[in-house]
Order: sequence, then structure tokens, then C-alpha cells
Amino acid sequence: MGQNMKTIDALNMNYRDLNNLISETAEVDKNITLGNVYGQRYIGRGLPKKVKIKIYGTPGNDMAAYMDGAELEIFGNAQDAVGNTMNDGKIIVHGSCGDTAGYSMRGGEIYVEGNVGYRVGIHMKEYREMKPIIVAGGKAGDFLGEYMAGGAIILLGMNLKKDEDLTGRFCGTGMHGGTIYLNGKTEKYKLGKEAVKVKLDETDITFLKKHIDLYSKYFKKDLTALKPELFVKYCAVNKNPYKNMYCRY
Amino acid sequence: MSIDFNTPAFEVIRDEKRCIQCKVCVQQCANSVHAYDEEEDIVKADDMKCVNCHRCVLLCPTRALKIKKYSLEFKENANWTSTAINEIYKQAQTGGVLLSSMGNPKPFPIYWDKMLLNASQVTNPSIDPLREPMETKVMLGRKPEKLEFDLNGKLITEIPPQLELNIPIMFSAMSYGSISRNAHESLARAASELGIFYNTGEGGLNRDFYKYGKNTIVQVASGRFGVNKDYLNAGAAIEIKIGQGAKPGIGGHLPGEKVDEDVSATRMIPEGSDAISPAPHHDIYSIEDLRQLIYSLKEVTDYKKPVFVKIAAVHNAAAIASGIARAGADAIVIDGFRGGTGAAPTRVRDNVGIPVELALATIDQRLREEGIRNQVSIIAAGSIRNSADIVKAIALGADAVYIASAAVIALGCHMCHACSTGKCNWGIATQEPELVKRLNPDIMYKRLINLISAWNHEIQEILGGMGINAIDSLRGNRLMLRGIDINDKELEILGIKYAGE
Ligand code: SF4
Ligand code: SF4
Repeated sequence: MGQNMKTIDALNMNYRDLNNLISETAEVDKNITLGNVYGQRYIGRGLPKKVKIKIYGTPGNDMAAYMDGAELEIFGNAQDAVGNTMNDGKIIVHGSCGDTAGYSMRGGEIYVEGNVGYRVGIHMKEYREMKPIIVAGGKAGDFLGEYMAGGAIILLGMNLKKDEDLTGRFCGTGMHGGTIYLNGKTEKYKLGKEAVKVKLDETDITFLKKHIDLYSKYFKKDLTALKPELFVKYCAVNKNPYKNMYCRY
Repeated sequence: MSIDFNTPAFEVIRDEKRCIQCKVCVQQCANSVHAYDEEEDIVKADDMKCVNCHRCVLLCPTRALKIKKYSLEFKENANWTSTAINEIYKQAQTGGVLLSSMGNPKPFPIYWDKMLLNASQVTNPSIDPLREPMETKVMLGRKPEKLEFDLNGKLITEIPPQLELNIPIMFSAMSYGSISRNAHESLARAASELGIFYNTGEGGLNRDFYKYGKNTIVQVASGRFGVNKDYLNAGAAIEIKIGQGAKPGIGGHLPGEKVDEDVSATRMIPEGSDAISPAPHHDIYSIEDLRQLIYSLKEVTDYKKPVFVKIAAVHNAAAIASGIARAGADAIVIDGFRGGTGAAPTRVRDNVGIPVELALATIDQRLREEGIRNQVSIIAAGSIRNSADIVKAIALGADAVYIASAAVIALGCHMCHACSTGKCNWGIATQEPELVKRLNPDIMYKRLINLISAWNHEIQEILGGMGINAIDSLRGNRLMLRGIDINDKELEILGIKYAGE
């Protein structure tokens, strides 16, 4: 906090008014706190660099849609489609996330303290220096990284119960770019046929270290026990997976 | 390896008396059909590779070339046609899914040709558009339930965003990648000059084309290529592509070899990487989810741009359209099964979906019955071939139409159906610089202007004949239509009477 932090009480506000107020406020105060957020959608939509928002409560779907550089920190769970088609920025969720987090995101970072839902990181892409990253502390649902075309997903797989799996089924199905790092492996039958296990190299380990450190910093956790060398890396079999499927006619 | 059972589809006929061995055909054919044989000093042709695009025929300086259907016949059989047999040969050889380009070529009924237009005689005088005012301007967008004014007569109702079209025709979505930069530039410049709109397709918008934004509709499809805040705000409207008439229910797939530097920068993906659009938007599994996407787009563009939703004409299009209207869309685009495409699985292209005429009629009817027709505009698409089709579409209930095949034909497309090879000899469906150069946007955009202006004239002429002086009075005016050579059920669905009734 410290510098002039502007607080908005979101109680009973509809999303259009709330998002307008956030945009107007951000023109003057780059640091904003939202209280009493109860499911309002699209918070942070399209917001540019330097805007920082702390969110208390439960933001609604499509949080950070098309976001363009802003930073959101959520003290609570987030719902579906966090960071939908996001271009740039950072999202820190002190809780868990719903389905399709990071749908088609092209840049920026999403850190989730707990678990993420189905189809997370679906169709994530990358472009030149833009490389989106999703880091989650727990596990993910089915179709993690489906159609993934770029960027990286890291699952730390912490606090899993005995019978709980790190990922659901169809992990990396349709993948044609990007990387999935799992702290532990996913069963072969759960892996999409377009994804393949690849050996970690030095760059991967440095990359993982960096993001594990950031995770421990954001969520104030001691992760020294996590060994980046033991992570399993999955990549696309190739970037033109359906090349030979058709016969032109 | 087994022998190739396929025979050529076309035969290249060269009149040796006329051929001067200038080798123009050799240079012009990107399919390498023609080759010069030095020893014999003649130009030879490999028929097998010819797609019948007419490029060599038109450029041959001595008119020495003709292309004919290859006259090899199978034993006559109405069931096992040569197409059916050849398709099996192809698939048995490659194991591939058949891929085709352009629209459904099968002889399904074309209802435009089964509807006739009215004209006034005696009681309601016809109007001469050359000398009397004739309005073809339309406004696309949600219309308010009622208008409210304050005591000083000032309008206080908030009017939802509208697109103003000088002529009720727009250029339909063709992505940068599926068609060339020069083709895009021609469409953009023509739209700007005509006061209409062109559509980026799902391939993003090249920075060089942001200047045509006032006349641009930006598309958002499931792959979200090139979609960011700048892109969404760059155009005058946003179109969510749910489906496409040529391949309902199927996603898109631009092969990596077409993703060169320029296409990569426009789509914002790495060069050479496949651009895969999943079949559904994975954030839309319901009408409520569609509403969520519509409003996320409105939120990020400050509610200033109309949002269109495009669907393929399928069996229950009317119910879906009602959902789309209720989800908050400003316009519905209904794309019939004859709509063109750069590439679609042949079986889907030829067998899935319904004619736009029927879908349009039922959608307009359904929205009227539900009392929500004013909430959305309807744009009809999927093989509009001429101005009479447009007049009929508007009389069936459309506010405007989209054209794409007709537009590329104006740009020189010869309907060879070979777009998916990426070797379009006319510089349209290709990214090869040598081929793209063949399409000169400075010349070609004028051909588009010619076409649309001519059609506009014809529309005015037909309207005048009906005694109508504004296109708005034609919309949904089905009394201006009569059916011919169709059955009662078809008449009922189209909501029209039989000729003579
Ligand atoms: S493909 Fe076109 S240019 Fe080549 S031979 Fe056939 S008609 Fe001529
Ligand atoms: S765009 Fe080119 S390749 Fe496609 S049908 Fe037309 S002429 Fe043939």
C-alpha cells in the first residue's frame, strides 16, 4: 500500500458501472483496491501497464479479458476464463481458479496459489518476445493446455491428496507449440497424442527456478523442497500436427 | 507403389499453329503445367496438374490455348459418377480427408431462382431512380423499443451503436492468410470509397490496414488470432464467428506453410506454425456464455461498436438466432451452405447446412413472432450472386448482405476451386510474393467499386419498378415475392405466395 491507494467499494455495483469507475479512477490513481467484489465480470478488461488492482472478494468470469499490462492481485478465488485473450500483465490469485484460465492468452503471467479447472491454458500462444505463463500451485482439470500454441504452463502439484492426480485427462491434446511442466508425471493414457515427453535442459531448470521463486515470493511459501530437476516436460510432437490429414482436391 | 488411378480433370489444348513458344504460359502457371522442351522447341503440358484457372489461356498472346474437361468417360452410371469414383481413388491412395475450396457445387435447389419479384402497374406508379430520390442507405444495429424526448424535444433515449451503409452490401470475412495482402487492400479501399464495410476474417488486422478502420469489421473467432484491445478498437464493428456456411461445426486450419512473416505478424503467432481455430469457442457452451463474450467485447470497446454474431445456416437456425438476439448481439449474420471457403472438408462443404434463403425466412419470421426483430439486424450471406439475389434477400427479411465469392470473382478469381493449394494464379488465395504481385490493388479496388455501384443501380431500378423509394420499405416485404416451381412446404417456409396468386 503506502502511496495514494484508492479504494472502491464494489458492493451492489453492476459490472458496467464498476469497470467504468475502475477505468476512470485508473486515469488518476494507478493503485486501486476493490472491496466487496461479488462476481462482477470483466474486472481489469483491457487495462494498460502500471495499473495495479487489489481485489477482495470473488471476481466474476472473464477477469482480465484482453488485459494489456495491468497487475491484478486477488485475495480470494477467481472464476472462469481468467485472463481470456490477455495480451500482457500479471495476475496473482490467492486461491483457486475456474475453467479456461488463460484462454488464448498471448502474453503476461497468471499465478494461482491453488488449483485450476478444466481447459486451462487452452490455445495459449506466443508471439516474438511475448510468452505467456501460467503457474499453479496445485492440480489441473481435464484438457490442460489443449490446442496450446505457445507459452508455458507450470503445475507445482502441491498439497495433493493421496488419490488425487496432478492433471486430468487429455493433457496437451491438439498441442502445437509451448511447454507444459509438471511436478510429477501424468499417466500416459492421460496425455493427448499431439504431446510428447521431452528431457529437461539447463534453460528449463533456470526457467522453472525463476518461476518457483516468484511463486514462493507471491504466496510467501517456502518451496526449497521443490526440485526443478525432477519436473517432467511436455512439448508438441510438431507444430504442424495435421499436415498429412488432408488430401487436396 | 501402386499406380495412380486418377486421371487428369482437364486437358490443355495447344494450337501448335498459333503457339510461338514465347513461354508466357510456362512462367504464368504456378502449377508447373507448361514446360518448354528445348530439343523439340515446343511447349508441352502436363494435364494432370492443371486446375483450370484460365490464367494461361487469358495471357497467351496468340490465343493458342484452350482448357477442356478431360474427356475420359467411365461407363455411364447415374449413381457411380466419375466424381464419386475419383474421390475413392484419391482417398484410397492418400488416406486423407478430402479437402475442397469455394462453395458447395452440388445441384441443390437455389431458391433465389425460384422467387420472382413484383412491379407496379397502373395503381401504384413506378419510380424512375435516375431522376427521383431513391434511398439505399441502411443502418445496422439494435433499434430501441421506443424513443423518448425531453420537454425541449431533445432525444433522451440512448441509441445503441449503428453502422451506416451507403449500400446494403458488405464484403464478407476472408482472413489475411487465406487471401493475399493485395486482395485485402483492394477490399479495404473499395469499402472505404463506397461507404460500406469489409471484414478482416479471423486472421487479425495488419497494422498497415488500420487506416481503413472506419470501414472495417474485425472478426473474433475461436482461435482469437491477432485479437487484442487495439484490434478490437480498430474497426467499426466486431463480428464473433461461431460458424461458417461452407463448414458448419468445423474449425479452421491455416497450414503453417502459409504463415509467412507478414501473416505471422498479423495473426500474432510464430512463422510456420499452424493456425488452428478450434471448432467451438471454448468459452462458449451456451447462449449465456455467448452473452458473456458479446459483453466482454462491448466492455473493452466502451459499448461503442455493434457486435455481430455469425452462424452457419443449420436446421434450427431460427431458435439459435432468437438466442443470439437475446444474448445482446446487435446483428446476426446467417451464412448459407453455398458460402465459399479457402478450404473445407469436402463432405462437410457438400452435405452440411441449409440454403440461406430458407434460414433467412425462418429467422426473420421467428424474430417477428417473438417481437424482437427490432433488437437485431440480419445480414444474409452465402453465395449472393447478383443484385436480384440481394433484392430478394431483403424482401425475405435481411437488412443487408455479405458477399465474398462475388467479390473475389470481381478481383479475377476464375472459380477453379484450388484455393487450398496456396498457388492461386490470380494472386488471391496465395501468399507467394510472385503470385500476390499479379493482383494490383490500384486497379482491382476499382473493379470492386464498379461491381457494387452497378448492383446498387440495379437495386434502385428494381425498387423503382416496385414503386418503392427506400430500401427500408422493402425489408421483410414478402408480398413483393412470388414462388415458382416449388412446393407448398417451401412456400410456407419462405412465407410467400405462388406466382399467379
Ligand atoms: S492451372 Fe491454370 S495456368 Fe496452369 S495450365 Fe491450367 S489453366 Fe493454365
Ligand atoms: S481464389 Fe484463386 S485459387 Fe481460389 S478459386 Fe479463385 S482463382 Fe482459383
